[in-house]
Amino acid sequence: MGRRVLVTGLDTFWGGRMAQALEGKPDVEMILGLGTKEPKVPLERTEFVRSDQKYSILSRIVRATQVDTIVHTFLETNSSAVSNRVLHEINVIGTLNLLAAAGAAGASVRKVIVKSSTHVYGAAEQDPTWFREEDVRTGPVRTRLERSLLEVESLVRDFAEDNPHLAVTVLRFANVLGTDIITPISYNLRKRVLPCIAGFDPLVQFVEEDDVVRALEFVTANRVPGVFNVAGEGKLPWSEVASIGGAHLLPLPPFRPRLFAAPFERVGAIRFPPELEGLIRFGRGVDTSKLREAGFEYRYSSAGTIRSFAQANNLRRATGGSGEEYRYEQDVEQFFRHSPTVVRGVDT
Amino acid sequence: MSADDGDTGTVRPAGHPDDADLIEAIVEHAEAESHAAGTGTVGRAAGPTPALSGATVSYLPVATRRYGAVDAEVDDARRSDVDEWGRSERMRSVVRRLYGPMYKYWFRVEWDGLDKIPSDGGALLIANHAGAIPSDAPAIMHGIETELGRPVYGLADYFFRTIPMVGTLWSRTGGVPAHPDNAYRLLHDQQQLAMVFPEGTKATSKTYSDRYRLRRFGRGGFVEIAMRAGVPVIPIAVVGAEESMPILFRLPRVAKALNLPYFPVTANSLLLGPLGYVTYFPSKFKLRVLDPVTFDVEPGLERYSRSRVMDEAEKIRATMQDALHDMLRERRSVWFG
Repeated sequence: MGRRVLVTGLDTFWGGRMAQALEGKPDVEMILGLGTKEPKVPLERTEFVRSDQKYSILSRIVRATQVDTIVHTFLETNSSAVSNRVLHEINVIGTLNLLAAAGAAGASVRKVIVKSSTHVYGAAEQDPTWFREEDVRTGPVRTRLERSLLEVESLVRDFAEDNPHLAVTVLRFANVLGTDIITPISYNLRKRVLPCIAGFDPLVQFVEEDDVVRALEFVTANRVPGVFNVAGEGKLPWSEVASIGGAHLLPLPPFRPRLFAAPFERVGAIRFPPELEGLIRFGRGVDTSKLREAGFEYRYSSAGTIRSFAQANNLRRATGGSGEEYRYEQDVEQFFRHSPTVVRGVDT
Repeated sequence: MSADDGDTGTVRPAGHPDDADLIEAIVEHAEAESHAAGTGTVGRAAGPTPALSGATVSYLPVATRRYGAVDAEVDDARRSDVDEWGRSERMRSVVRRLYGPMYKYWFRVEWDGLDKIPSDGGALLIANHAGAIPSDAPAIMHGIETELGRPVYGLADYFFRTIPMVGTLWSRTGGVPAHPDNAYRLLHDQQQLAMVFPEGTKATSKTYSDRYRLRRFGRGGFVEIAMRAGVPVIPIAVVGAEESMPILFRLPRVAKALNLPYFPVTANSLLLGPLGYVTYFPSKFKLRVLDPVTFDVEPGLERYSRSRVMDEAEKIRATMQDALHDMLRERRSVWFG
């Protein structure tokens, strides 16, 4: 029997990309996607189930479909995208319900994968230049996003302890850039204005969106329990991020930079969520040797990630948009998937 | 190499001016380096450096060039030569050019036993620390980089990182926050030279009356790191830095108000006013490299015997104190050595 995979957040960037990637795997028998909205990407055989962000129906779904792998991508890592309350509901309450369903007595689940972020390490002056997975952050928890992700990880840790027969994998991704994803940093780079703190030029890491999906695929296909850092090779100064990305630096004063950034943010010139402040003051580096030793290979370095983003951005500027946007239409999807008049196996 | 000596302003150690092996090693290294980087050797003033001529030379961090531990190949997406520690060889070479005359004509730095520092492989350099704004660290880093042609990473208090400009400049010129993980990675994984002052700010904040009296060597952390990384500790005794910016007394309240570790009133500042905080007295610098200390323990352990670590640290401290006394006995003048 092939694998039966449940992907959360099918309507979000990562859920959609992950489901698309899994569709190409012949050993994956069934893909089930949960989402609060309709998926934004074309999918061939993924089943879509609408749910609320707290997954209250999840234990029923897990029992009914007998999934053996859960890929939890529906974690919000951008605090400027949602309100604090929603952030908490999605991250903490969502994970809580997900794990409750996965750990229910008699559940068929054998593997749980959680997509976390290196934001859990924070950014402070006492940090080591490279964080390893077992290191704990040195600075206090200052932002809601970090607090929420730490809470999620502690839930996952407890879950893994209580269910030793399950393979629980947590991937901590560095800041992501790529052709499609929109993050506060990519927003700033697209606007060609990158905020920085005057007098600081810290070293940062990036990971390409394809590598993110490939890393998720890798841990789905292999049994690698534990926590892993995921980031592109090398570190580079923040000023170089601007230079490769084709943006100008907007220096903010070292004292209360958020206050001075507020007017720019208000008019939409930049995005400056609280978790970015520590990063552009002290930077962050994570040691990625653990995942590498498990057998994963990166396609992009940190600098290569920014270049890939910049090239996609150039193309977008030249052609005026990234092409047509996909719209999910239930009837059309049903027709292509189930109608006897459609000839299967040919490219539609 | 002889031309280089003049340009970089270094003084050959008096004891062994033409140690053939050493010179050969340096030349070999310099050639390898120029070949790999496709440009002039580090910090040599022979031709215009890429930073100054504006030429686009793909410049790899020295760490990468020599050991390939960080990046196997050139990452062609990079636009600067800042390495994973924040050190920029280009920046270092600019600083070396600016600092060279100071090293040669102001402090007239003289080395003894420089051949004890290996031209290959990791080693932890330790030295006594002095001066309100320490003048010994740049002298040691400059000396080793110009003489041996290999980078030195200075491990220092993370306090630097919080100061705008200073923190960035410090990082670009080879400063690394003193964290055991950082030290291990530099020494063991990348086989670099790292420098640390075990006394810490206890030494730089001491007043002139306590000059050349070594403070407590922290908790012996440097010994433990060297044991774990399996590298030797190389002590360096520095004479002259104490007199370059002597502290007369400290103002603890001002320090507290400014959120600084200490606020010194130096002889320089009494003579020159605020300018005194950026001007050193021209004391004669003499640096003596002592015999490398190796530890007969298994590397890579999480923990080492506390008593063994403390004993070794104390032994090294005693050797350094003896060397300092020895050097001071021989010294006839603070200004002329």
